[in-house]
Amino acid sequence: MPRAAETRPPHPAGFLDEVGRITIRVSRAVRDVPTWRPVLLDQMVVLGVNSVPIAIFLAVFTGIVLALLASYIFTNTVPLYLVGSLVGKTTMMELAPVLTGMALAGRVGASIAAELGTMRVTEQVDALETLSYDPIAYLAVPRVLAATLMFPVVTALAMLVGVFSGWVASTFILQLPAQEFVRGLRQFYQFKDIWYGLVKAASFGSAVALMGCIQGFGSSGGAAGVGAAATRAVVLGCMAILVLDAFWAVVLL
Amino acid sequence: MIQLRDVHKSFGANHVLRGFSLDVPEGKNTVLLGFSGSGKSVTLKLVAGLLAPDAGEVLVDGRNVPDLDADGLALLRRDIAFVFQFAALFDSMTVEENIRLGLRKQGMDEAAQLVRVGESLALVNLTGAEGRYPAELSGGMRKRVGIARAVALKPRYILYDEPTTGLDPVTSAVIDDLMVRTRDLGATGLIVTHDLRTSFTCGDRIAMLYEGRLRAVGTGDELRRSDDPVVTDFIEGRPTVAEGVT
Repeated sequence: MPRAAETRPPHPAGFLDEVGRITIRVSRAVRDVPTWRPVLLDQMVVLGVNSVPIAIFLAVFTGIVLALLASYIFTNTVPLYLVGSLVGKTTMMELAPVLTGMALAGRVGASIAAELGTMRVTEQVDALETLSYDPIAYLAVPRVLAATLMFPVVTALAMLVGVFSGWVASTFILQLPAQEFVRGLRQFYQFKDIWYGLVKAASFGSAVALMGCIQGFGSSGGAAGVGAAATRAVVLGCMAILVLDAFWAVVLL
Repeated sequence: MIQLRDVHKSFGANHVLRGFSLDVPEGKNTVLLGFSGSGKSVTLKLVAGLLAPDAGEVLVDGRNVPDLDADGLALLRRDIAFVFQFAALFDSMTVEENIRLGLRKQGMDEAAQLVRVGESLALVNLTGAEGRYPAELSGGMRKRVGIARAVALKPRYILYDEPTTGLDPVTSAVIDDLMVRTRDLGATGLIVTHDLRTSFTCGDRIAMLYEGRLRAVGTGDELRRSDDPVVTDFIEGRPTVAEGVT
């Protein structure tokens, strides 16, 4: 069934009026700290801490593959200590944030869309409103904030694990002396490598959670509608990550 | 007092309400009868400000609901509680947390919240269910928790959306009794249903919505004596009226 916001009479200002109304509503929800603050910590655990295992799993294998790939490419052409450089730079600047973001787009984006979608079609969102809660403040703001804060934390962990697994693979599979890997890792390291990856991760978190919330709130039509909303959230979340990845490359590199 | 004045509401090409007017007097249970899809639930959502009418006025104590801003709606909703068709309990919360959520928003302190939860659950005969989750409750129990959540707020108005739909006759009778008791405690009820037994048991006044407009209103006896064929056919369950419903 259409929501109140969708069924108000058309206004001459049309699109701009709608954008203004949404902006006012969202800014009011963000300022409604007493409503979203009690839920924020729970969401940080659900969206962030519970995502750590999948991020670690991805990072372990990414680090190993990167080290082997670099060795394959560099052998007989480039000194092998540069394996450390490639593993470090690539993991920190690109693979940890993007792969973690993609994995969490599936896990977090789908779960947010499915949860909010189910709440929408079972009238729980309406129930919140009748209890004088702003659903955006209570449901959307803490999820978007939690994802924005926790994606960089999970990504930082993935960076550490990825580089470590690359080092382990280089040492034990490629027989590259450990200090050689570290030498390569340090030679081209800049602090920007880390913050660039973390800034991207934060923007990915916002985008993924936002897509989940938008699709969840917009779902209708029962179980099929909720399923479709979850699918759209994942697809749009992944697309947003790729677009943002290119955006940050243009802006920050 | 709740008043609807010449209310129109459409969803696309589906004109649900076409100039619907109704007065809901204080201190009484008013039942809104009608066929499925006739706009009864839409009417409740208009009163609660969950939907906006295309035209007309929805007045609650003189305040036109569509004109209220967010703060005005929040104030209005302190006076109105909504019992949803399928209870709309929050799955991730226990029964106690479900009931406390609205109380917390009203700024009530923790101890008072717990007392109010206990009183509300006692009213619906669910004392001891505080720690259970909605998934652990039967349909009837969920509806009773929904009523407890509404009653806990001590609202002036309670809007019931199909409160007995899908329940067995005994559980329906329990819900009917609860709606009478909440009225006796001072809450004005607007009950949307197509359950005739509920209508005649709980309704001090019964209104019938037909083709988007008010077709009849009166006491149960007045409706039973009505010579309007639409009303009598509906009450007696004759299909002649249903065939004419679009």
